[in-house]
Amino acid sequence: MSKFVKKKSGDLPAISTASLPDIVFMLLFFFMVATVMRDSTLMVSNVLPTADQVQKLDKKDRVLYIYAGKPSIRYQETYGDQARIQLNDKFADVEDVGPFVLAERASKRQELQNVLTTALKVDGDTKMGLITDIKQELRKVSALKINYTTRVGSSAQNLN
Amino acid sequence: MPRKVADVNAGSMADIAFLLLIFFLVTTTIETDSGINRKLPPMDQLDDPPEIKERNIFEVLVNKYNQLLVEENPTQLVDLRELAIEFLDNGAGEGEESCVYCQGAKDPSSSVNPERAVISLKNDRESSYKVYIAVQNELVAAYNDLRNREFLRIYPNLNMTYVEAQNQYDDPRFDVEIKDNLKPRLDSVKQMYPQKLSEAEPSKASRN
Repeated sequence: MSKFVKKKSGDLPAISTASLPDIVFMLLFFFMVATVMRDSTLMVSNVLPTADQVQKLDKKDRVLYIYAGKPSIRYQETYGDQARIQLNDKFADVEDVGPFVLAERASKRQELQNVLTTALKVDGDTKMGLITDIKQELRKVSALKINYTTRVGSSAQNLN
Repeated sequence: MPRKVADVNAGSMADIAFLLLIFFLVTTTIETDSGINRKLPPMDQLDDPPEIKERNIFEVLVNKYNQLLVEENPTQLVDLRELAIEFLDNGAGEGEESCVYCQGAKDPSSSVNPERAVISLKNDRESSYKVYIAVQNELVAAYNDLRNREFLRIYPNLNMTYVEAQNQYDDPRFDVEIKDNLKPRLDSVKQMYPQKLSEAEPSKASRN
């Protein structure tokens, strides 16, 4: 039994999987860089209305979000099925909007504090009364730049 | 003869990497949000609001059944943009109030000049947000259509519409030099059709 005799067999050599981790790592790094973590879990249903005259909301560091809509099914037992406001991870009342905006504003860098935009992510079926109240609260703390976040599509889709 | 050190099995490396990969795949949101930008009026109101003539106001009402009333006529949403353009572009003014670039019908009962024309939007507390957004969208579209027209007329060599130019201006990836070039042009067109969209103060009586 010599060491130098090659084993000869008719089998195909196995495909090397040694580079598989490298490929996967490459993908991994791509997604790590491209990821923006969702900072709050949605507790309200949030089917946004559609519009086509939209502007992009770049620069996530100067945006603060206010969600509103009917509570999701699993929260309906506790919170009822009337539309509610969600700030960060909690349900909130209209009066909490002002303090929330002030707290968020204070947590941002000095130079961003005057250029903040408030993005309203409101479910399409919400009544305007709630939104009017939110807007009044925002005016009280002079958070005047707002953005009605929408999906892109024809506005006629909203009517059915 | 030294004892052989056993190789660490690297076969599970791929599994670990996959696990991480799947985690990041799930948490990723690549798309950016978009929406209609608005500016709210400041809280401290003027003591005596400026007097606006009835003919310069374009009134849009949404009732609690989500029906539209435009200038006291029931209207469908699809017609709203056309009506708003007609109103804004009317330009019936004379002398100091005249509008040289307007192409409207110069109807004496409608607005004198786009700079004077105000669109007033009022909605019931029971009306739905979807309809509100649809109405906002159509009104913004009316302004954008007119601005596009003028932008193309005045700066034909740029080969883009007002909206495209505005998007380029807002895009952080574009050159500062291009933006500085665009800014005065955008502003001049903006000035021709200033967005005067006023929303009614919520009346105290209807709040509960």
